[in-house]
Amino acid sequence: MNFIVGAFKPACHISVAFSDGKNRKQIPIKKDNGQATTVPLFHSQDNITGTIIVEPVSGKKVEHNGIKVELLGQIEMYFNKGNFYDFTSLVRELDVPGEIYERKTFQFEFSTVEMPYETYNGVNVRLRYVLKVTISRGYGGSITHFQDFVVWNYTPPPSINNSIKMEVGIEDCLHIEFEYNKSKYHLKDVIIGKIYFLLVRIKIKNMDLEIRRRESTGSGSNTHVETETLAKFELMDGAPVRGESIPIRLFLSPYELTPTCRNINNKFSVKYYLNLVLVDEEDRRYFKQQEITIYRIGETS
Amino acid sequence: MMISNGIEDEEKWLAEGIAGIQHNAFYLHRALDSNNLREALKYSAQLLSELRTSRLSPHKYYELYMRAFDELRRLEIFFKEEDRHGCPVIDLYELVQHAGNILPRLYLLCTVGSVYIKSKEAPAKDILRDLVEMCRAVQHPVRGLFLRSYLAQVSRDKLPDIGSEYEGEGDTVMDAVEFVLQNFTEMNKLWVRMQHQGPHSEKEKLEKERNELRDLVGKNLHVLSQIEGIDLEMYRDTVLPSVLEQIVNCKDELAQYYLMDCIIQVFPDEYHLQTLETLLSACPQLQPTVDLKTVLSQLMERLSNYASLNPELLPEFLQVEAFSKLSNAIGKVMEAQVDMPVVGAISLYVSLLTFTLRVHPDRLDYVDQVLGACVKILSGKPKLEDSKATKQVVALLSAPLDKYDDIVTALTLSNYPRVMDHLDAGTNKVMAMVIIRSIMKNKSWVSTSDKVEVLFELIKGLIQDLEGISTDELDEEDFNEEQNSVACLMHMLHNDDPEEMLKIICTVWKHVKSGGPKRLPFTVPSLVFSALKLVRRLQGQDGDVGGEEVPATPKKIFQLLNQIIETLSVVPAPELALRLYLQCAEAANDCDLEPVAYDFFTQAFVLYEEEVADSKAQVTAIHLIIGTLQRVNVFGVENRDTLTHKATGYSAKLLKKPDQCRAVYACSHLFWVDDQDGIKDGERVLLCLKRSLRIANAAQQMTNVTRGSSGPVTLFVEILNKYLYFFEKGNPQITASVIQGLIELIKTEMQSDNAVVNPVSDAFFTSTLRYIQFQKEKGGAMGEKYDSIKLGG
Repeated sequence: MNFIVGAFKPACHISVAFSDGKNRKQIPIKKDNGQATTVPLFHSQDNITGTIIVEPVSGKKVEHNGIKVELLGQIEMYFNKGNFYDFTSLVRELDVPGEIYERKTFQFEFSTVEMPYETYNGVNVRLRYVLKVTISRGYGGSITHFQDFVVWNYTPPPSINNSIKMEVGIEDCLHIEFEYNKSKYHLKDVIIGKIYFLLVRIKIKNMDLEIRRRESTGSGSNTHVETETLAKFELMDGAPVRGESIPIRLFLSPYELTPTCRNINNKFSVKYYLNLVLVDEEDRRYFKQQEITIYRIGETS
Repeated sequence: MMISNGIEDEEKWLAEGIAGIQHNAFYLHRALDSNNLREALKYSAQLLSELRTSRLSPHKYYELYMRAFDELRRLEIFFKEEDRHGCPVIDLYELVQHAGNILPRLYLLCTVGSVYIKSKEAPAKDILRDLVEMCRAVQHPVRGLFLRSYLAQVSRDKLPDIGSEYEGEGDTVMDAVEFVLQNFTEMNKLWVRMQHQGPHSEKEKLEKERNELRDLVGKNLHVLSQIEGIDLEMYRDTVLPSVLEQIVNCKDELAQYYLMDCIIQVFPDEYHLQTLETLLSACPQLQPTVDLKTVLSQLMERLSNYASLNPELLPEFLQVEAFSKLSNAIGKVMEAQVDMPVVGAISLYVSLLTFTLRVHPDRLDYVDQVLGACVKILSGKPKLEDSKATKQVVALLSAPLDKYDDIVTALTLSNYPRVMDHLDAGTNKVMAMVIIRSIMKNKSWVSTSDKVEVLFELIKGLIQDLEGISTDELDEEDFNEEQNSVACLMHMLHNDDPEEMLKIICTVWKHVKSGGPKRLPFTVPSLVFSALKLVRRLQGQDGDVGGEEVPATPKKIFQLLNQIIETLSVVPAPELALRLYLQCAEAANDCDLEPVAYDFFTQAFVLYEEEVADSKAQVTAIHLIIGTLQRVNVFGVENRDTLTHKATGYSAKLLKKPDQCRAVYACSHLFWVDDQDGIKDGERVLLCLKRSLRIANAAQQMTNVTRGSSGPVTLFVEILNKYLYFFEKGNPQITASVIQGLIELIKTEMQSDNAVVNPVSDAFFTSTLRYIQFQKEKGGAMGEKYDSIKLGG
């Protein structure tokens, strides 16, 4: 045991256990202190039940003004650190004010909780779900304990999923036609497509397909946009001639993607783009960006 | 700043690449040893990234590729053993496609693909199609070519060929064929494109580099040829048309030439024969600069080899009309390649001719047709100047000669002389020599005057001066050789029928007589002797030839001979003419034609008088005349007297005394012919000998006066020998005492103060005396005769 830490330890130890925690899929996350851990996965409308154990430290009694547990859905902007916006907030009182002398177990239950948004960890924003246990005390401050969990929401395959087909070019210089088989891809999907060269007058060195994530936070004049390139996938090596068609086959599974989210609580959006980049021998880049929608499907089997 | 040259840089880059491969290979091996799939994929991708370089020439790139190739083999073995990495091959197939760089990704994909096919978890055709399609992503020519050749390499033993374990369940040979064809097409496109990428100034270098890579492309055709399931039908309907389409469409000279050649080399001759039309129809569509003559020559050579190895297949050749198809194709190629030099065109026809001669030796009409086509090419063009072209024409014309061993066959080809007409004078002569040599070598008799006519028309370059070439410019040695050949040729013209033979002689004469002063001395003797041979033959069958209508009589021939020899006067060659006249005279003698013989002698004497001026020549001539005259017995007394008189007269008038002396004692034989009914005029013999003795004396005195010493006694000894001859033959005028006197005379001469010791004449005299001694001792009639000659001490 760490004695130094122990010296400043709160008067009691709080732990949260989900009742079906063992059966749930464990998702790795990074805690605030940078440590990696795994937390169980929930979906919207799930019942979130479990037990909370409060254990005073070595026989000390804990005096309190009541114990409660909150289920919070929070959006946190990094440029406004510490300032959480709770879009979901549910409370269960666990105990009336009194004293705790020994280990005490409380049951809690939030049934069919509406959790419309997915857990998200972005560059400037994060969305998280957390259980917050508070032991209120008048003197010496309240004792709180947070238990994270992850929420994913599955979407059924879209009924309309058109391919993306486009002819672009620079006059008398480069003319291509490209096609991605869909406009909406799930996270483990494969992008199939081809690029057809209608006119090539520049010396192309290579061609890449990039997956870019565009995270915008805030609103109005306060909007922050952050774009990351998550994948840089070489499609072609060398200079094609007119009439060549180059296949595209990009597996999305190796990349850490999230579903597209649009205007989450007026706070942020995450959008994905396929960026087709052609580089010529003088390292000039020619590109065309197309938005795609990423969604999550239920895991089969 | 040092500027290092390109080659050094390249070495450096290659070394760097190899180091990169080795470095990653080390970690790869470690990953493989610990069955760590993820690490293995990581390091193999890094290793393969070395192949992304653009800085190496194809040659060096190949070195790098081979190293990577070796590592991929290990990786493939690892992939194959699922229990080592625990990843089903289908997942592996996806996993390798996560690689970010296209080139490593595709090498890995091909490697896994190969394992995937082998696992038979998916139809081979689907995997093959996927691989060949995905490889499109590499558009860089060199890298693409090597990648695709890797694909070809790993898939080679996994094609769903007939009898292969990968065939069946929807995988057919057709899938194998389509796969290889597609890979071939793409590779060829890349290969052709190489030429157009890069600065124009490096065109030559590019071409060289491309040439180094050609086998990568050709390999596909080789693979196709190895696919058992490709039967004639499939070859004809699918394989060949596809390959040809690609060849024609790529519009690249190097590729077209190489690939056409490949097709011809790798596929069976039987297929070529049956698809001749398709194959040939591609030729005119190729680039005008493609060296089609080599391509077609190769094809024809293969086919003719095929035919000669399998004679039973000849009907097939006829059935598919191989000759006319080839012939048409050549015609079309000529039309398409207007700029084809004559040499190319002719050499094509040489090949066709060779083909014809080997496959259809009996079809002279084909041969003539080929020659006719050549005439068409040559006509309207100035005479050939290009030495290569003329060489080809010579080859063209020589081919039938070699084949048929018989000039007679060639003589029936109407286009043969027409082709020769287009040769320049020099080559024409070369060709004429070839013809003559062929005749000589094969001992082929030319037996009718018609053929002789054609033959001499062919070799007229040797017979007459041709335009544009002056005889002065010729090398004398060559000229002599040529003319000697012509002379030899005349002896190969023969017919047993004298009438026809005479015709032949007349034909030859017609051609030869305008040969000019340089040629006549060569041709005339040969012709004369040929005619004399005929005379002898007629003389042999003397009695059998009856009737006045017979045109071939010795008389007639002698008339002709007279004309022939007469032409030598323009040369002039009096000595030669003289000899020939004498030969004729002798022949006439044998035919019992006194007036004719007399006339020939007359001609000879006239020549002697008027033309033979040189004293040495005179000596030779007079001896010849004497010799001939001695043998001739046809003359009556009067004619004979005239001629012998002339001969002795001229003998005594020779310039030098010794020559006079010798000629005169030779004349003694004219009066003593040692035959049964030969003339035996002992008195005149003695007269001659005495006269010669006088001349010898005079000669001796002359030397005494001019040199202060007497000359050798040779002449006396020679005369003594003549005496001995006639003595033995029983000439009554020659007595032992006369001989005795002569011996004494010689002895005295030898002992005189002025005598010069001459070992030759001394030895001659001594052996003559020894002969006498020998005869004396022999005893018998001869011994008795000699008995009275005293040799003294």
